[in-house]
Amino acid sequence: MSELIIEGLKATVGGAEILSGVNLTIRSGEVHALMGPNGSGKSTLSHVLLGRPGYEVTGGTVRLDGDDVLAMSTAERAAAGLFLAMQHPTEVPGVLLRDVLGASSALDGDDFEAAVASELTAIGLEEAFLERALNVDLSGGEKKRNETIQLAILQPKIAVLDEIDSGLDVDGLRLVSKRIERATNDDGLGVLAITHFTRLLTELKADFVHIFTGGVIVETGGPELADELEESGYARWVPVDEKPESKNPALADDPFADPLA
Amino acid sequence: MAFPSDQEEIWRYTPIGDLEIDSYAPSDDTSGKDSTIFDVLSTRAGLVEVRNGWVTRQELDDSLAQNGLFVGRLADHPDPEGLLGSVAGESKDYFAVLSDAFVGDAVVIDVPAGMVVESPIVVGERSRGEGAASFPRLVVRLGADSEASVVQHQSTGVGPVLAVPVTELDVGPAARLRLLNIQVMGSSATQLGTIVARAAQDATVTVGAAGLGGGYSRLRLDCRLEGRGADGNLLALYYGETGQTLDFRTLQDHAAPNTTSNLLFKGALAGDARSIYTGMIQVRPDAAGTNAYQTNRNIKLSKEAWAESVPNLEIENSDVRCSHASTVSPIDEEQLFYLESRGVPSETAERLIVAGFFRDVLEQLPVEDGYSVIEEIIAAKQDRHQLASKVSS
Repeated sequence: MSELIIEGLKATVGGAEILSGVNLTIRSGEVHALMGPNGSGKSTLSHVLLGRPGYEVTGGTVRLDGDDVLAMSTAERAAAGLFLAMQHPTEVPGVLLRDVLGASSALDGDDFEAAVASELTAIGLEEAFLERALNVDLSGGEKKRNETIQLAILQPKIAVLDEIDSGLDVDGLRLVSKRIERATNDDGLGVLAITHFTRLLTELKADFVHIFTGGVIVETGGPELADELEESGYARWVPVDEKPESKNPALADDPFADPLA
Repeated sequence: MAFPSDQEEIWRYTPIGDLEIDSYAPSDDTSGKDSTIFDVLSTRAGLVEVRNGWVTRQELDDSLAQNGLFVGRLADHPDPEGLLGSVAGESKDYFAVLSDAFVGDAVVIDVPAGMVVESPIVVGERSRGEGAASFPRLVVRLGADSEASVVQHQSTGVGPVLAVPVTELDVGPAARLRLLNIQVMGSSATQLGTIVARAAQDATVTVGAAGLGGGYSRLRLDCRLEGRGADGNLLALYYGETGQTLDFRTLQDHAAPNTTSNLLFKGALAGDARSIYTGMIQVRPDAAGTNAYQTNRNIKLSKEAWAESVPNLEIENSDVRCSHASTVSPIDEEQLFYLESRGVPSETAERLIVAGFFRDVLEQLPVEDGYSVIEEIIAAKQDRHQLASKVSS
């Protein structure tokens, strides 16, 4: 049984506060959906949890089974059991999926080969995919399957899935969701699924839905909250005159803008 | 002829002014051990060991010899006239003049028309003895529609030496030549090397260079595409450590129509290493339909490392496709974060990124059997770099 406890987490990028006091607890086997409009700080939360350079934590704590996550390096966080499936997985030219799995998986030899082969099949990828450079010349959907393969092999305790649905076609979304659901049921994986749309939640059943705007969770409920979103959008939580985008006018024009780009 | 100076463009950024040429003298010492490359490339068509410019050992497959393949000293070639200098031409610079004046046993690899030599021919060029100056010469000539691979391994003993190797590649019509040049000289060695290639109609010449050793090591690589449809592939990877300056000057010379050249040079610089790349693509007036590409990328592994990259184009025909690109940058933070977020420790992540950076060059290098040598040396250099980073932090 694992537990990730986020308390009062605040963070800034380039001096601007993006996270304004996030409170959230994720336990083994639970699926939490974090939903919010563009620019609300959802991706920032995922990056801060894994310690991506460029963010400054200005307050709060993050503990995984009692250990201070914020004091760890990124690799230590991953080794402790945190995983991030990125919204835009980074291209790493010349470094193969085999390389990264070989350097991080506890398995080796025939066990490694067998586990990887079975995961590739489960996610609908050819065996040759193992010899491809990470995220180089991959379609959006392949990138997300690639992230899911790594999750499956690394077997983290808590996984943050940042827009895992974007780029996936219907079949891909189903396979990815099935694999994640299996991990939650069989291995007790705890999931924080960050998404903009409710599409993911038709495949991956969430136990909790959180509405995230302006750098904080403004409401928490069950799956019915996602249904309400589907009907009427974020208008109830985001007043027209104080959209979170207004914090950074440069982003307002481009809903796909990465605040760090 | 005047001693060169870093005021000249072709010597710019180099430590040539520090070279005390009078402290070196030509050596006829041919003692010492054979080049280590012979142990690695045991499947070969032939070998020549050259020590301080003199041939000390040679072997050649009997059946290939009977069919007309020549591998040996110029003086033993049945028709040596005009072989030396046929590609390099008139000596243009100070060190080429020295090479002509002090040449010992020039080595000739002469492949008759139509012959395909399956296994590589291995040439070890070893310079040794404190203060020795050596002037190895290698001429490779491929007859029409022939094919061969040559591995040239350049090493030294301990102590300062000056090596001035000149290599000429004469690739006949529709012939295919692959040369892998592995430079693993000692850290107090100075090497001022030249490789000049000439490709006839529909010929393909591939030159891969691994610049790994030397204190100051320079390679001038010229590729002249003289026949219609000739291809030139120029590849290099280099890895500099503290105290090393690695210097590359390239020329892709398109002198005939429908010729193609591809150049990819990649370097990593650790400690206070320096690298210089300057390259020229020249497209002559009658070289219509030219495709010419030139890419130089450098990774700086430390703040003290320094790299200069200067690509140039000189185009005298409008019907061409040319591109050039060059970058000098530190290890990409986003790539590091990606790997670390998978639980790969940062030292391992950096090694993977550097190995990945070199992968496309390594995969295109001629003579696959030579890879292991290069990979091992790069791994050892990475060990030293990471140890040094640990000690200083």
